[in-house]
Amino acid sequence: MKFGIVINEGPYQHQASDSAYLFCKAALEKGHEIFRVFFYHDGVNNASRLTEPPQDDRNIVARWSKLAEEHKVDLVVCVAAALRRGIKDENLAPGFRISGLGQLVEAGIQADRLVTFGD
Amino acid sequence: MSDIKKFMFVNRKAPYGTIYALESLEVVLITAAFDQDVSLAFLDDGIYQLRKGQQTKGIETKNFSPTYRALDGYDIEKLYVEKESLEARGLSEDDLLVDVIVLPRAEMGELMDQQDVVLSF
Amino acid sequence: MLHIVNKSPLTNGAFDSCLRVATGGDILLIEDAVYAATSGSAMEDKMREAMKRFTVHVLQPDLEARGMADRLLDGVSSVDYGGFVELVAQSKNCQSWL
Repeated sequence: MKFGIVINEGPYQHQASDSAYLFCKAALEKGHEIFRVFFYHDGVNNASRLTEPPQDDRNIVARWSKLAEEHKVDLVVCVAAALRRGIKDENLAPGFRISGLGQLVEAGIQADRLVTFGD
Repeated sequence: MSDIKKFMFVNRKAPYGTIYALESLEVVLITAAFDQDVSLAFLDDGIYQLRKGQQTKGIETKNFSPTYRALDGYDIEKLYVEKESLEARGLSEDDLLVDVIVLPRAEMGELMDQQDVVLSF
Repeated sequence: MLHIVNKSPLTNGAFDSCLRVATGGDILLIEDAVYAATSGSAMEDKMREAMKRFTVHVLQPDLEARGMADRLLDGVSSVDYGGFVELVAQSKNCQSWL
């Protein structure tokens, strides 16, 4: 089955990104496909490569980058939401790309299920 | 599988206090361009998004409420308001800035069941 | 339909709204919503009523993280993230009551 994922909250502030990541990991382990993860609202902050969590904490941004690399998961950051919040190509972490809201709608059309994680 | 899916946007949050209502509306407008079957549901404080007479000058924020009136031009005509939420806020259809379909909660729930994609922000 | 709730019912109306509007089906409690599935809270009676209309699931890792695993209400099924995935896959559609 193809899943689309929407994340509306930033890392560390809210559990949304953690829950979404663990959902994606479990889905991939079960042989499902993650069609796309779309980052919207404050969720765009998950794409900042300037993030530096303490050593004893999980690295939420790097975890997403690794998932993208290992499983070819498409991580899309909404351009309008990103520009509002200072996320640009120059501070984008590996594996993420900036694109339009049409990518969210397309995920809704193409995926079998769209699951939203937010506040 | 048909390429047209039923998209419902569920709005449960008030405008201005957070950005969710505005950014939700931006997705709605984009979805219209994809020729999908779009409907909007307003429950709880989401109903306040449709309140007439919003004046945002004093908070130096853009008043995005006129956009709801423009939805018609994008062929988005299905705006549903849950009756119980409306009444709980002491509002009636006359207090809203756009024509809506008022549905009792059970009918709203049934409508949700019929959707392919339910987005809430 | 699978209804996903992530707010504590003791401080936020999302769970109440879900119960008021949703016609039936499955409810999955994640994040702070797991408190809804625990015994002894002011929500317990309402939860027991809800379980007559819905099949209620709780995300076990979220329950454990909050130290409430020993307070899980009878009749609530607990799932891990894999179970969460399967619930979404098995349901015709889903919505998050944010």
